[in-house]
Amino acid sequence: MGMGLLFDATRCIGCGACSSACKEQNKLPGKVEEVLTAYTWTTVQEKEGLNVRRLCMHCEVPTCASVCPVGALTKTPEGPVVYDAERCMGCRYCMMACPFEIPKYQWDRPVPVVGKCILCAGRLKEGKPTACAEACPAEATIFGKKEDLIWEARTRIRQKPGAYVDHIYGLTEAGGTSVLMISNVSFDKLGLKTNLPGEPPAMKTWQVLSNIPDFVAVWAVFLYGVHWITARREVVAKAGTNGNGGHGQGNGREDRS
Amino acid sequence: MNTLATLAPRRFRPGFWTGVFVILFLAFCAVTIIRYTKGLGAVTNLSDQFPWGLWIGFDLLCGVGLAAGAFTLTAVVHLFNLKRFEPIVRPTILTGFLGYAFVIVALLLDLGQPWRIWHAIVYWNTHSVMFEVAWCVMLYTTVLAVEFAPVVLERFGFHAPARLIHQLITPLVILGVILSTLHQSSLGSLYLIVPSKLHPLWYSPMLPLHFYISAIGAGIGMIILESYLSKRAFHHHLEMDLLEPLARGMVVALGIYGLMRLQGIARNHAFGTITNLSYEGRMFLIEFTLGVVLPVILMSFRRLRTNQDWLVGGAFLAVLGFVMNRLNVSITGMEAASGTRYLPSAMEIIVSLGLVGTGMAVFAFAVRNFSIFPEGPVAGRPKEPAVGA
Repeated sequence: MGMGLLFDATRCIGCGACSSACKEQNKLPGKVEEVLTAYTWTTVQEKEGLNVRRLCMHCEVPTCASVCPVGALTKTPEGPVVYDAERCMGCRYCMMACPFEIPKYQWDRPVPVVGKCILCAGRLKEGKPTACAEACPAEATIFGKKEDLIWEARTRIRQKPGAYVDHIYGLTEAGGTSVLMISNVSFDKLGLKTNLPGEPPAMKTWQVLSNIPDFVAVWAVFLYGVHWITARREVVAKAGTNGNGGHGQGNGREDRS
Repeated sequence: MNTLATLAPRRFRPGFWTGVFVILFLAFCAVTIIRYTKGLGAVTNLSDQFPWGLWIGFDLLCGVGLAAGAFTLTAVVHLFNLKRFEPIVRPTILTGFLGYAFVIVALLLDLGQPWRIWHAIVYWNTHSVMFEVAWCVMLYTTVLAVEFAPVVLERFGFHAPARLIHQLITPLVILGVILSTLHQSSLGSLYLIVPSKLHPLWYSPMLPLHFYISAIGAGIGMIILESYLSKRAFHHHLEMDLLEPLARGMVVALGIYGLMRLQGIARNHAFGTITNLSYEGRMFLIEFTLGVVLPVILMSFRRLRTNQDWLVGGAFLAVLGFVMNRLNVSITGMEAASGTRYLPSAMEIIVSLGLVGTGMAVFAFAVRNFSIFPEGPVAGRPKEPAVGA
């Protein structure tokens, strides 16, 4: 299942230490912006009197990784969905397809790449938590094994009935994510997408793509069959007229007709 | 064909439209320079909320779709053996090839790092529809080039390779039809992944089939339109006896497509968004009435199909409706979920118009210098008024 983050909106004090730590860790230029950009991979937004973090959800079956024609985006076993800027051609299908609208583009650069949270994949390899989780003074963002985080989230919801919405955001959304969120306000009011299917969107295209080899074979045989029939019909028609006009003697085909 | 006669230089007299084209082309070049030096943000209205705009919606989706006449007609002539349509195959293949060339140039502008376009050949992700699209573009452009090659080869007297291509025409056409089927439908499949973003008036699990069948309808519409335009430009006669049955085929394709669209909307329970005349509902009504209902009704009447003006009008509506559909899928239908409105910038429009203009100029050049139409290379006759004059 890998590692992940649990964000508790009821605990976040909105100090922005996570965003600053992210900028520093990933050497991103400029100030922390209010919305995600290619240079701000996580930010804290105020909604309904709560502070809510924005960052890549790190899907278990990432839509971005499934749509990338060159495989520049991949899900690692540790949990992060990472991006290989050297492969990316810049088709931006990942931005179009991401159900959480996470990947952002460097529109201002002549040689642009995509920018998004990579769950500090390098730090994870060294056994360290993400920079944002390490920086959080309120334990609003905690890092750990995903199953432990689910357990922790369930415990918090159960222990204080009424203090939380009884749902862990990210457990089923778009097939489940490595980043989980809990809150005492419904998630759509926090600006999160709540119309997402429980099945990963990637399955919808795979149902079509996986049939292509069979389709090509059947279609080729069908088209050749059509050609064979129409060509044969022409040959037969010619033979028929020759038989009639040429020698005036009947052949088998004429007898039958 | 008499090579010496056809090699003689053709009369070319610049007119009003030549001037328009030259200005447009220069503007196109200027935008291109800004785009490559300052980035996509400097020339487009694209944003993080709206990463795909006019260049995908019009240049790519429509460029490919309107090239569908080529595979439809080659199948009709070479597979269904209806040889009487042969005289209009060459201009149709040329249109198809130019449509694909148009798409490739547009991609070179739209991709963030176009110099990496070859990555699609090296790095494979078979789970990506875009990967399928990339391969279809590459392979089908090649097929179209080979199908068109005899025209160029014969013109310069290379008869042996031209004969070889003629002998291989059946497998070539079958390959072209398969690639086109995959490609046209895959452009619809691109949007299968966004069920939560694309408006229910356009989203459907049947999107690949919608795109495929509507492309056949609009591809036929393009054949009729382009025959009419070249007739006007080069005073060559309109093959009404061939175009009338094609219009019948167009009615069938558009009719099936229209029913499928209605079924899709019923499945999504989205008729309410039409009757309450929402933004999307109004756009759908215009698209569907002009582009499907009207041409199907009009072209069902034999009397209108056999009348040149009505025939061309019906074909124009089908093509217009097709373009509106692709723009609605790629732009209108995606706006609500993105939370923004997208309107293409002037520079984006210049690029698209510049590409259309270049395509038409190359078509005109080819018609003047090669045997595209049955009567051989044609030039504007000096005694009749020039185009646009």
